[in-house]
Amino acid sequence: MPDTQLPTYTAKDFTTDQDVRWCPGCGDYAILTAVRKTLPKLTTRKEDYVFVSGIGCAARFPYYMETYGMHSIHGRAPAFATGIKLANPELDVWLVSGDGDLLSIGGNHTMHVMRRNVDINIILLNNQIYGLTKGQYSPTSEFGKKTKSTPVGSPDYPVNPLSWAIGGGCTFVARSIDIDVKHLEEVMLRAAAHRGTSFVEVYQDCNIYNHQVWFYASQKKTKPDSTILLKHETPMIFGAERNKGLQMNGTRLEVVQLGNGVTEDDLLVHDETDRGLAFLLSQLAHPEFPEPLGVIYASTEHDTYDRVVHEQVRQAIESHGEGDLHALLHEGDTWVVEDE
Amino acid sequence: MTPDTSTAHGRIGTKSLGAVAIRFCGDSGDGMQLTGGQFTNASALFGNDIATFPDFPAEIRAPKGSTYGVSGFQVQFASTEIYTPGDAVNALVAMNPAGFKTNISDVEPGGIVIVNEDEFDKVNFRKCGYEDGYNPLEDDELNRRYQIFKVPMSRLTRESLADMGIGAKDIDRCRNMYALGIVYWLYDRRIETTVDFLNEYFGKQKNKPQIAEINVRALKAGYYFGETAELFPVRYHVAPAKLKTGKYRKISGNEATVLGFVTAAAKAGKKLFYASYPITPASEIIHGLARLKHYGVMTFQAEDEIGAVCAAIGAAFAGDFALCGTSGPGLALKAEGIGLAVMFELPLVVIDVQRAGPATGMPTKTEQADLLQAMFGRPSESPCVIVAPRSPSDCFDMAVEAFRLAVHCMCPVLFLSDGYLANGAEPWLLPDLDAIQPIEVNHPTETNNPEGPYLPYKRDPETLARPWVVPGTSGLEHRIGGLEKQDVTGNISYDPDNHEHMVRTRAAKVLKAAQIIPPLEVRGPDSGDVLLLGWGGTYGAITTAGDELRRRGHSVSTAHLRYLNPFPSNLGDVLSRFETIIIPELNLGQLRMLIRDRFLIDVIGINEVRGKMFQVEALVKKTLEIMTNRSASVCDRRLNSMP
Repeated sequence: MPDTQLPTYTAKDFTTDQDVRWCPGCGDYAILTAVRKTLPKLTTRKEDYVFVSGIGCAARFPYYMETYGMHSIHGRAPAFATGIKLANPELDVWLVSGDGDLLSIGGNHTMHVMRRNVDINIILLNNQIYGLTKGQYSPTSEFGKKTKSTPVGSPDYPVNPLSWAIGGGCTFVARSIDIDVKHLEEVMLRAAAHRGTSFVEVYQDCNIYNHQVWFYASQKKTKPDSTILLKHETPMIFGAERNKGLQMNGTRLEVVQLGNGVTEDDLLVHDETDRGLAFLLSQLAHPEFPEPLGVIYASTEHDTYDRVVHEQVRQAIESHGEGDLHALLHEGDTWVVEDE
Repeated sequence: MTPDTSTAHGRIGTKSLGAVAIRFCGDSGDGMQLTGGQFTNASALFGNDIATFPDFPAEIRAPKGSTYGVSGFQVQFASTEIYTPGDAVNALVAMNPAGFKTNISDVEPGGIVIVNEDEFDKVNFRKCGYEDGYNPLEDDELNRRYQIFKVPMSRLTRESLADMGIGAKDIDRCRNMYALGIVYWLYDRRIETTVDFLNEYFGKQKNKPQIAEINVRALKAGYYFGETAELFPVRYHVAPAKLKTGKYRKISGNEATVLGFVTAAAKAGKKLFYASYPITPASEIIHGLARLKHYGVMTFQAEDEIGAVCAAIGAAFAGDFALCGTSGPGLALKAEGIGLAVMFELPLVVIDVQRAGPATGMPTKTEQADLLQAMFGRPSESPCVIVAPRSPSDCFDMAVEAFRLAVHCMCPVLFLSDGYLANGAEPWLLPDLDAIQPIEVNHPTETNNPEGPYLPYKRDPETLARPWVVPGTSGLEHRIGGLEKQDVTGNISYDPDNHEHMVRTRAAKVLKAAQIIPPLEVRGPDSGDVLLLGWGGTYGAITTAGDELRRRGHSVSTAHLRYLNPFPSNLGDVLSRFETIIIPELNLGQLRMLIRDRFLIDVIGINEVRGKMFQVEALVKKTLEIMTNRSASVCDRRLNSMP
């Protein structure tokens, strides 16, 4: 009899014997720790996890997770993950990769895995730079970014990962920060619980090629005024003094000061299930606005792709019975050549 | 009025023929594929051997009456075994001037040409580019060369359906059945299979019994026209062929491919996962598999070619029989993914239904020019097993072989079909399923290293294959990746010795597959002057040419490779037994290059890249030319070496 009791895991159970080869001080370490600490809180058996990645610094992730894992090719991780999940929907598939991998070379696959709503978890480690190839600008780098490949400044406008995901039909969209391990864990637990594609953007510091790019959002001093922590059905308040909030003005969001007749009741209340609101929130950018953290959008409206596909198979068997190979081969017009 | 068939038979004589090639042609909206398919079914059920060649434009509905909108369907039916749809057309049915213009030169001198006279008017002449004032039906030269029969099919179809109270558009769409009726009469076929088909297809599936009725009526009207019009001086009879005993069905290459891969998975007790992106001429494979969900088949139409191969590799990792299908341009896009599967050492089969290229090329036309791409078209040293079916029904057998080899070697296998095989059809002697060996698959559940972590690259010493452990197996968690791995442990390794060892091991593993590949068979004498060596879809043409050359007294044998990497173990031995090796290929000499490289022998190529299969007569002629030149040069050498 197989042991049906779920073993009690610790972060150590998800740690391989391989040396972690990221640069000292890289934001990826904190994210790896958060994931290792999150998994023991879930109800999945260790052997049922599969970590999939593409190419890039972040994509080394699977080598460090003592689970099944696949380090694939550049940009295609969502397609591999789709195949794994379709072949065996019992598996809990996690995809960890970077901004270049998922939004540039793999943009197409990322978009399609989201619109299909394959039941996998995607963690985007966004450091706004190509690290492994030594510092070229990435699709999330700001306009005008000076790098080795753009000595006079990048002529590209950056992609907004959250807007991309919401526009692409992703059913769970959230954001967190590498050094806030507690918040990361909270968001990942929510992502893991979501049925369908979950997408978590993590602001990740590349301390070699793009150091401090997220400091406005990650450092104690500036974080309260430049981010807003979203909670479902809670008014949108932020600021070190908790004295600022977000309000609708016509079709746009605006920052308002509390006091002088403006109270919490006047503020916008977060509704995770509102896709239109989620898009507006995703567009909020520093320094004009606080950037949202937490679960921006979560919808259970759509069935998952893997469930629909397997349901089609189940129904086919139900209505035709298990296929009879002999009958299939002998289908249609046949004739017999006999001995003379 | 129903004509009295007994008297009609009395007036017109019947001539027996061994084989006939008929081609139906017309606008791509004229239903020529359906018409040709029906004639084929009737002939197959009658007991003839058959081979078909559907030839259609890439344009779905090209402008009506244009030459590039012409769709054709050729079928050869015979009282003996045949391997090709025939070189010269014995009878052409042309539904419009464009069809006439583009196909007439393929008709044998004295051949029968039946035209729908009503379509031969000024407007249509202009559409297909005939000079003003020229009517090909009045061309003395053409009338001397061919037996042209002018039948006002449009008018006769309308007249025969006038009392049905149905619109002219629907009635005009029955012209193909009228034409088919005439041909059925002329070649002494039974119309019943088509009557049943029309009732089933239009009557039941499409729920349009009236459309079924008018089509049946047009078919019968055409048949009776043949009988009563006394237009044809003689009708023809092709007796049933003496094929191997057993139960048969008609099958195209793509159909056989579908059935073969479903059977392969069943023989292993596996689910089949098929991922693809629509591409001509491979799309019928996903159409065929998508309706077989209850056979444990899952199909995934991916966002692109790359997504398809990657999803398939994901499914292979998770334990499915993973398959993808494409054509040359798609294979190019899959190259990096297939290379990763080489590195992962997972079983994967990739079908390439080759078409004329490069780039978009001629998507509906055939070619064999992806052999070197299959062999080398990936970064670095990334060997794959390559198999190539030789006939439509052989696609079934080679599909089973493809997965047998993929599992045996734990590596990707490329399956090189082509447009000619994919769409062409032949009778298929239905296989005894019990006689097909099961494909053994082993997913270990126990560790191979009790002292430490599981060793994903610890190989079977016999086959060099690594174990196929699937996620979900407790205690055997491991990672695979595109980075070079240390053998045995699978850990990332940049060690030079290890890399060399792994590159050579992956190559050796593929070569070792020759152990389970059957030897190459020679048709004709085991040794002699000439061996015609082929691969893939040219089997029919080369075999027929070889038979013909032997019939004419030449020392010519043929052999056909179905396994291209590795080659059958006896290939070198076979080659050594012939004076001259000739390789006919629909490319500029790709197999020739591989054979020369591997065996360091001279090989002469017969190469064509016309988007078409070889004509048998052309192969015969070129082989004879080569033989003549060779003996002349041997004479020269002897003369020169004389003192």
